[in-house]
Amino acid sequence: MSTISREEVAHLARLARLEVTDEELDAFAGQLDVILQSMKTLAEVDTDGVQPTSHAVPLVNVFREDQPQPSLPRDAALAGGPDTFEDRFRVPRILDEEA
Amino acid sequence: MTKLNTFEQAVATYEPVLGLETHIELDTNTKMFCGCSTAFGAEPNTQVCPVCLALPGALPVANKAAVEATIKIGLALNCRIAEWTRFARKNYFYPDMPKNFQTSQYEEPLCEDGYVDVVVDGKAYRVEIERVHLEEDTGKTLHVGGTTGRIHGATESLVDYNRAGIPLVEIVTKPVPGTGALAPEVARAYTAELRDIVRSLGVSDVRMEQGSLRCDVNLSLNRPGEEWGTRTETKNVNSLRSVERAVRYEVRRQSALLDAGERIFQETRHFHETTGETSPGRSKEEATDYRYFPEPDLAVMEPSREWVEELRASLPELPRKRRERLQAAWSLGDKEMQSVVNADAVDLIEATVAAGATPSAAVKWWLGELSRRANESGEELAAMRITPAEVAELQGMVDDGRLNDKLARQVIDGVLAGEGSPSDVAAKRGLEVVSDTGALEAAVDEAIAANPAVADKIRGGTHAAAGVLIGAVMKATKGQADAGTVRQIILDKLG
Ligand SMILES: [Zn+2]
Repeated sequence: MSTISREEVAHLARLARLEVTDEELDAFAGQLDVILQSMKTLAEVDTDGVQPTSHAVPLVNVFREDQPQPSLPRDAALAGGPDTFEDRFRVPRILDEEA
Repeated sequence: MTKLNTFEQAVATYEPVLGLETHIELDTNTKMFCGCSTAFGAEPNTQVCPVCLALPGALPVANKAAVEATIKIGLALNCRIAEWTRFARKNYFYPDMPKNFQTSQYEEPLCEDGYVDVVVDGKAYRVEIERVHLEEDTGKTLHVGGTTGRIHGATESLVDYNRAGIPLVEIVTKPVPGTGALAPEVARAYTAELRDIVRSLGVSDVRMEQGSLRCDVNLSLNRPGEEWGTRTETKNVNSLRSVERAVRYEVRRQSALLDAGERIFQETRHFHETTGETSPGRSKEEATDYRYFPEPDLAVMEPSREWVEELRASLPELPRKRRERLQAAWSLGDKEMQSVVNADAVDLIEATVAAGATPSAAVKWWLGELSRRANESGEELAAMRITPAEVAELQGMVDDGRLNDKLARQVIDGVLAGEGSPSDVAAKRGLEVVSDTGALEAAVDEAIAANPAVADKIRGGTHAAAGVLIGAVMKATKGQADAGTVRQIILDKLG
């Protein structure tokens, strides 16, 4: 039996703002199923008492002092956006929520 | 829409369960993961960089001062500080974050399992803290093109990312049952205590009206002995008074729905300052699907016990201790001190005393006349247009005999109306006690002539009857006489 349904794939695609065709939904559901099965196999390993790995390198407590650094010039910052208006990024209206 | 129950009806049938989520913006010099300044009021999008805009290849590094501030908050809230903690990505698409995720913490918060004690109506409540975690603030979104300025009807949004990435501490309580009819007051007292604790630590200015302390109020109702109900989460609660009102409103609203046999939906609601009501916001169904995962760009944190103990040793005097010290210095009873705390007047009274008033006079003004007026106008005491220094000045004028209580209240009218300092108002409005004995003697003579029977009584030794004549003189002088002086003149003439 498949571990991930077509509906779940459609839901995830919506959350990730991905446009997916019906054919792709079938294809991805199949591929994701293979991945999830592999994860299931991995999950069988006894990991009691083993700290989860966050990074490939054993770095901890990497901090920065609270010293201001120069920011980007505004024009450069805004240049990366799709559209601007009065020194702000302009985006399409957002539905059903308040800032 | 179902009619609301009265609050009294509601709590007679149902038991409220509270939960509070508080966001506090830290006042570090720089953002959480980059060196951009956090200074308030800069031109839009001038405090942004590749890290806080999430440009490709940028590498965030945690701000040590923000981590220290969060540990201090955790310690002050009696929390356990994690020995191993990390950041997580909270994924969502909303233009208030340019990254399409917010760096937050998920299963491994920096601080867990603490508590805050509050006293309401003489009863002690322990509000348990579930977690204190560190995250980053979002940008500011301006909705334009609509008719109302609100999101409904807006055609586009304009975004300023100066605030995006400023360190934000989230403090989440465990559910608080058992507060009954006092739920609104307990919610308020907790928020005030939390604010005072964080302020004492000097890690945030915790100004609710400016958004550096923001509250979400969770509330559910259940009948006694039954399981807890479905909760709603009310956002946009921006003052202590609003915290209280939001709880009160949700209790009334939910109880009416339950009475009508309807069910409560788990939803986000918005609080409206002007009406004191809440209205539904976005549905939670998809919004909670944040697909958290450990942040790969940031290193794990292992706060050493030495570091934690160093920070513990650096904690300043906390509000509870400070209140004990002030209560002793002001010679107040427990109940009186509790009233001062609940009126949020500790700082105001301390400043009034520092400006020269006696503690009892400072308490009298702030808890008496000024509290009454704040209630009438629906304002917070601290937001009123009178400063502690002005209250001390006012009391000084009373002590000097320049004002009596009645005139002092008229002077307050003027100060609150923006007419200037107490002495300005007294001068402009001509409010001074009449100390011209000649004028007072003439007024007393008139009063005696108009009330011969009363005068005889006083001559006969019934000094209590003098009140009638004092009243007549006060009326004749429009309240600008000192009652003690008038009494003395009457007794001198008739005694
Ligand atoms: Zn930045």
